[in-house]
Amino acid sequence: MADLNVKLWRGDENGGELVDYTIEAQEGEVVLDVVHRIQASQAPDLAVRWNCKAGKCGSCSAEINGKPSLMCMTRTSVFEPGETITITPMKTFPIIRDLVTDVSFNFKMLKKVPALKPKAREADGTYRMFQEDIERGQEFRKCIECFLCQNVCHVIRDHEENKTNYAGPRLFIRYADLEMHPLDTNDRLSLLQDKMGLGMCNITKCCTEVCPEHIHITDNAIIPLKERVVGDRYDPLVWLGKKIFRKSKTKVTVTE
Amino acid sequence: MTDELNEIHSHDVVIIGAGGAGLRAAIEARSLGASVAVVCKSLFGKAHTVMAEGGMAAAMGNVWKEDNWRVHFRDTMRGGKMLNNYRMAELHAKEAPDRVYELEEWGALFDRTKDGLILQRDFGGHKYARLAHVGDRTGLELIRTLQQKATSMDIDVYMECKIVKLLKDSSGAVVGALGFWRNSGEFVLFKGKSFILASGGIGKSWKFTSNSWESTGDGHALAATAGADLIDMEFVQFHPTGMVWPLSVRGLLVTEGVRGDGGVLRNSLDKRFMFNYIPEMFAAETADTEEEGDRWYEDKSNNRRPPELLPRDEVARSINSEVKAGRGSPHGGVFLDIASRRSPEYIKRRLPSMYHQFKALADVDITATAMEVGPTCHYVMGGVRVDADTAASTVDGLFAAGEVAGGMHGSNRLGGNSLSDLVVFGKRAGEYAAKRALGMTKDVEVDQAEVRLAVEEALAPFNRSQGDNPFKVQQEIQDTMQNLVGIIRNQQELEQAHSEIEKLKERVKQAGASTTSRRFNSAWHTALDLVSMITVSEAVAKAALLRKESRGGHTREDFPKADPEFGKINHVVRIINGEMSVKPEPLPQMTPDLAEIFKDDVK
Ligand SMILES: Cc1cc2nc3c(=O)[nH]c(=O)nc-3n(C[C@H](O)[C@H](O)[C@H](O)COP(=O)(O)OP(=O)(O)OC[C@H]3O[C@@H](n4cnc5c(N)ncnc54)[C@H](O)[C@@H]3O)c2cc1C
Ligand code: SF4
Ligand code: SF4
Ligand code: FES
Repeated sequence: MADLNVKLWRGDENGGELVDYTIEAQEGEVVLDVVHRIQASQAPDLAVRWNCKAGKCGSCSAEINGKPSLMCMTRTSVFEPGETITITPMKTFPIIRDLVTDVSFNFKMLKKVPALKPKAREADGTYRMFQEDIERGQEFRKCIECFLCQNVCHVIRDHEENKTNYAGPRLFIRYADLEMHPLDTNDRLSLLQDKMGLGMCNITKCCTEVCPEHIHITDNAIIPLKERVVGDRYDPLVWLGKKIFRKSKTKVTVTE
Repeated sequence: MTDELNEIHSHDVVIIGAGGAGLRAAIEARSLGASVAVVCKSLFGKAHTVMAEGGMAAAMGNVWKEDNWRVHFRDTMRGGKMLNNYRMAELHAKEAPDRVYELEEWGALFDRTKDGLILQRDFGGHKYARLAHVGDRTGLELIRTLQQKATSMDIDVYMECKIVKLLKDSSGAVVGALGFWRNSGEFVLFKGKSFILASGGIGKSWKFTSNSWESTGDGHALAATAGADLIDMEFVQFHPTGMVWPLSVRGLLVTEGVRGDGGVLRNSLDKRFMFNYIPEMFAAETADTEEEGDRWYEDKSNNRRPPELLPRDEVARSINSEVKAGRGSPHGGVFLDIASRRSPEYIKRRLPSMYHQFKALADVDITATAMEVGPTCHYVMGGVRVDADTAASTVDGLFAAGEVAGGMHGSNRLGGNSLSDLVVFGKRAGEYAAKRALGMTKDVEVDQAEVRLAVEEALAPFNRSQGDNPFKVQQEIQDTMQNLVGIIRNQQELEQAHSEIEKLKERVKQAGASTTSRRFNSAWHTALDLVSMITVSEAVAKAALLRKESRGGHTREDFPKADPEFGKINHVVRIINGEMSVKPEPLPQMTPDLAEIFKDDVK
């Protein structure tokens, strides 16, 4: 087969550049395979994260020809013959080296999420939940924490200063998961609005577009959360109506 | 200590590994009041457990009320060809349901029955539908739930840090673990009163594997090097259904859930060949016509299970034989067909990630065409020898749980029994490690000279910048193990493997770090992984040569039958003065009340 032309960003926090590599194409490969073959044959010290190679762990996020994607789920056959494949690290996070970025921001924000506080079990010792009650939660829990949505969200992509008071789409999914969890009794709405920057999201849907798990981040998580916040604050009647199918919740704030 | 070491952390319990086993241990140890460190090579939440698909086995009886721990225990022991540590299998069967319910309470959203209970699915070797699951992404749910629980508990997580050496004090107890940050290349010492290995498997030593880069057997090697016993290392599970095409994804897992949900195996003649391979041991419980097998999905009381759901070792061997006999698929596998048997909606709902995986990586629509599949290296039954109740290894202060521990699964693991194993024994390890630590009054001392030596060893690849490419050496280990210590073994190939491994040991010592940069240097990381890989490869090859019979995950062409004498022993691997030895030791004897469960069985 013909050769592939690949440009890889190489460098660290002090700067770097796109480096050209040429490698023979192979049938049925994904971009991560190509990166691995370059690593094994031409650049053994190349820094790249991966684990599952099947779109299940969310380790191999990068920007491929400018498009935020999982390297292990991007087939090389999607490129035109002769097209150069340019791979750069996620832009929103600080560079560690080459394609590896410092994503600790996300873990810090996850640590601030008040945990699930389950209601009591039924008399027979079980929890009864029906498939229709958990379908939405299951959608949110498909998240593989690739942080591609965080990477594209303009609120932090273009504004480093917002990282202190804005949780980002992955976190909104997590809050929505807890908010809509049939067993949970905590109420995190004020926290979301006051400390996590829910109001700063202006529903551009860029996050939803890049989600490899096809989670409807904006429609199913962010918008309903925004509605709940509004309902909670300004419209007790609407809120009461909504609360009927939910357990009473205790308000919680963040522990720092 | 040394110029290289500027960072030391002290904890009661230090856990190496953040998969299901490590996280469950952390939660338990922390809840007992111990200060806990969790160290892992990848980012938090990316451990191998995240890839588990089909489900976790627990006799909750939500779908079949006839199910109970005794049936689960029997299935597990028979699946392991009776070589399991019976006490581990007993504890596992008894405690798994509570561990599942507890995950539910911590937020896991398992698929539900019509009555709102946790749904359970069929899997090979399990008499009843027993696997709690979330579609085909159960591992993600398990790890996320445990991760979220642990995150709320004030547990210190040290991620992207690789432990390279366990350090002992003068009494022989483990008191330290030396590691380095992958990001910076700086060293860090963890001092602790108890250490738990929860480092997962060894699959990366084979060419075609479902395992990730992390599964280099570090924990197995760390334990053995520290003087702990390993057992059953000859038993490596080849999962019958890995992808075979395209080449780049060869080995990637296709969940057993496909067969549990109705998929069948066919050869190039369109025959359901598994009916030709039903072993005597399972004949009484296996359907002998396609009609009966098909009826079983709906009516389990009056029909026997289809042979596609025999334990994994049987199915993997059968596929291998079909391919060898020239009845394979175009790319050297066989066909796994669910398309002609279930509706597209059903398939997409039950197996969403399989649907996605084939569509995205192989251009195959599994609701319309059959998949091509073949055996892939998947799981190691062997591991650190532990006390069943406490998860303590044979070295003081060192515990092990999860895939790195041996004994629970005997010669072959049933699908779904790993995820439950992780939480049952993870909890136990956490509990006993914490109790040991909290009962100690003195602080631990780590020998500085030993730290210095360990640092020097870890930096050695930088002194060989002109050294071998570690990725090449890795590939050679994988080729050797794949070709000579694979799914079907014989004396001659195993002996050849031994001499290859001796040569590879020297090659490992020559592998270099490529450049001088310590920062996320993949060549350096890989060069150090090679040390573990070659150690476990040697252990597997040595034990395999000595077991002159076929049983479970160990098949010898030259000894095709199980030998009752070998059924009475485990092989124990030990490193003494740098030399690895393998010795047979008698199997622990089951108590009479448990033995009663098997009295009517065909052996
Ligand atoms: C594709 C796939 C599907 C599977 N499906 C199922 C299933 O449906 N049901 C089932 O029961 N089982 C299944 N299994 C098996 C099961 O997933 C694994 O056996 C199990 O997850 C292992 O868990 P663990 O906690 O022991 O280790 P792992 O999850 O492998 O975690 C190991 C941890 O140890 C860390 N570590 C390793 N070495 C070091 C070191 N030197 N220093 C620091 N940290 C280290 C790693 O970073 C990682 O955090 C599947 C396996 C695969 C590969
Ligand atoms: S919809 Fe909101 S969270 Fe998503 S990218 Fe746009 S601003 Fe960010
Ligand atoms: S929500 Fe989607 S894009 Fe965001 S981290 Fe999760 S899987 Fe990735
Ligand atoms: S390697 Fe796991 S998502 Fe790409």
